[in-house]
Amino acid sequence: MRNILTIAGRELASYFATPVATVFIVIFLVLQGALTFNLGDFFSRGQADLNPFFTFIPWVFLLLVPAITMRLWAEERRLGTIELLLTLPVTQGQAVLGKFLAAWAFCGVALLLTFPIVITVNILGSPDNGVIASGYVGALLVAGAFLSVGSALSALTRNQVIAFVLAVAVCFLFAVTSYPVVSDFLTQNTPALAAIARRITVISRFDDFTRGIVSLRDLIFFASFMGFWLFLNTVLVEHRKAD
Amino acid sequence: MTAGSQPALIEIDGLTKRFGGFTAVDNVSFRVPKGEVLGFLGPNGAGKSTTMRMLAGFMIPTSGTARICGHDVQADAVAARRMLGFLPEGAPTYPEMTVSGFLRFCARMRGYRGSELQDRVENALRLTTLHGVRLQPVETLSKGFKRRVGLAQALLHDPPVLVLDEPTDGLDPNQKHEVRTLIRGMAPDKAIVISTHILEEVDAVCTRAIVIAGGRVVADATPAELEQRHPSGRLEDVFRDLTMQAAA
Repeated sequence: MRNILTIAGRELASYFATPVATVFIVIFLVLQGALTFNLGDFFSRGQADLNPFFTFIPWVFLLLVPAITMRLWAEERRLGTIELLLTLPVTQGQAVLGKFLAAWAFCGVALLLTFPIVITVNILGSPDNGVIASGYVGALLVAGAFLSVGSALSALTRNQVIAFVLAVAVCFLFAVTSYPVVSDFLTQNTPALAAIARRITVISRFDDFTRGIVSLRDLIFFASFMGFWLFLNTVLVEHRKAD
Repeated sequence: MTAGSQPALIEIDGLTKRFGGFTAVDNVSFRVPKGEVLGFLGPNGAGKSTTMRMLAGFMIPTSGTARICGHDVQADAVAARRMLGFLPEGAPTYPEMTVSGFLRFCARMRGYRGSELQDRVENALRLTTLHGVRLQPVETLSKGFKRRVGLAQALLHDPPVLVLDEPTDGLDPNQKHEVRTLIRGMAPDKAIVISTHILEEVDAVCTRAIVIAGGRVVADATPAELEQRHPSGRLEDVFRDLTMQAAA
């Protein structure tokens, strides 16, 4: 556990030692704000809730989370520091978990910095703050899910651009399957795939959270989703670290 | 007691690494007891770094085993790595970290806390004369300083086994001299493997030399013995003979 936290601490500090943290947080907040207020009609719909905010958040994460994860392992391999890190007395699993937790904590910080919008709805009306809280929990879980995908794919390559594009593409698959266009198409053409797609989609699980429903099933889904990708990540690191 | 009668701290048995059809390291075996400084020589691409990576447990061998202080580097990896100080090829470090920040990270990973951590870092800075740059980010340092940061990291926990891949590459003559003095000074208590293609270094610090070419061990002797293998008595000529034969 100590090793995991030490790695996570180093990783997190490195975001803030480089412009990565500032650029990410600023772009995240601007993009999320612009989408909520303009496309989401945050003011003119006249309701004291954060639905427009939560509608866009998975899509913003879809684009920005891979920008965090692309460097997690690809950079480590390009610099050769992976050789240093993995010859310290740590297991591969600890290193994977440490890096993942750092990225997740960082997303958490970015998410926390959206607090003005919560204050805004509370001044303008009386929203259900329980629903808002569960929405935030859901958003953090979506970020974690995308992070685990991106982290695993980052271990595949030493090229950050490839890691980014792969992560966006795979995360997109898990996001888009919850939309009727896709699920209807799958139901008509490949019913077997449609059943699977319904189960693994990230966004319809997230929708439960934005309605204020925190169910054990959804929590288990996110936990096993992240667990699967982090396990894959560990296997990929083990097999490709020295290539 | 001679070095040979000590238990071997490094044991390598039949280590082989193939990349597709290419055999980078072919059935390499050797033992290094405490007190010995083994010079690992060979032309570029001979398999020096690959062997060291397998010894450090970073690269998985195609076949064969490596043990550090009796711990198998694959099966008992964490225990083996505790006993090992490893300087990887090119001395990689995290560029945005400061020298002391980087060493503190390594010390924490090695389980040190509080004042002991501080002492370890201070000691490593002192051994590698990095005190003056300890607050600088690694990326702002020259090649020689970066190499010494990598060396400091390997020495931090005073390990019984040191594996150093080209420890003096990129250092100026004075720094080279310092590092060699440092290695010689530590030698009696440790088993040390250094790879190099600077032949004078072998004479200067090594008690034994292994020449590797095309992935195979082509010579394993003391530097003095090696020198006698050529009429000129120069290590350079012996090295050329051995490695050219293997390439042909």
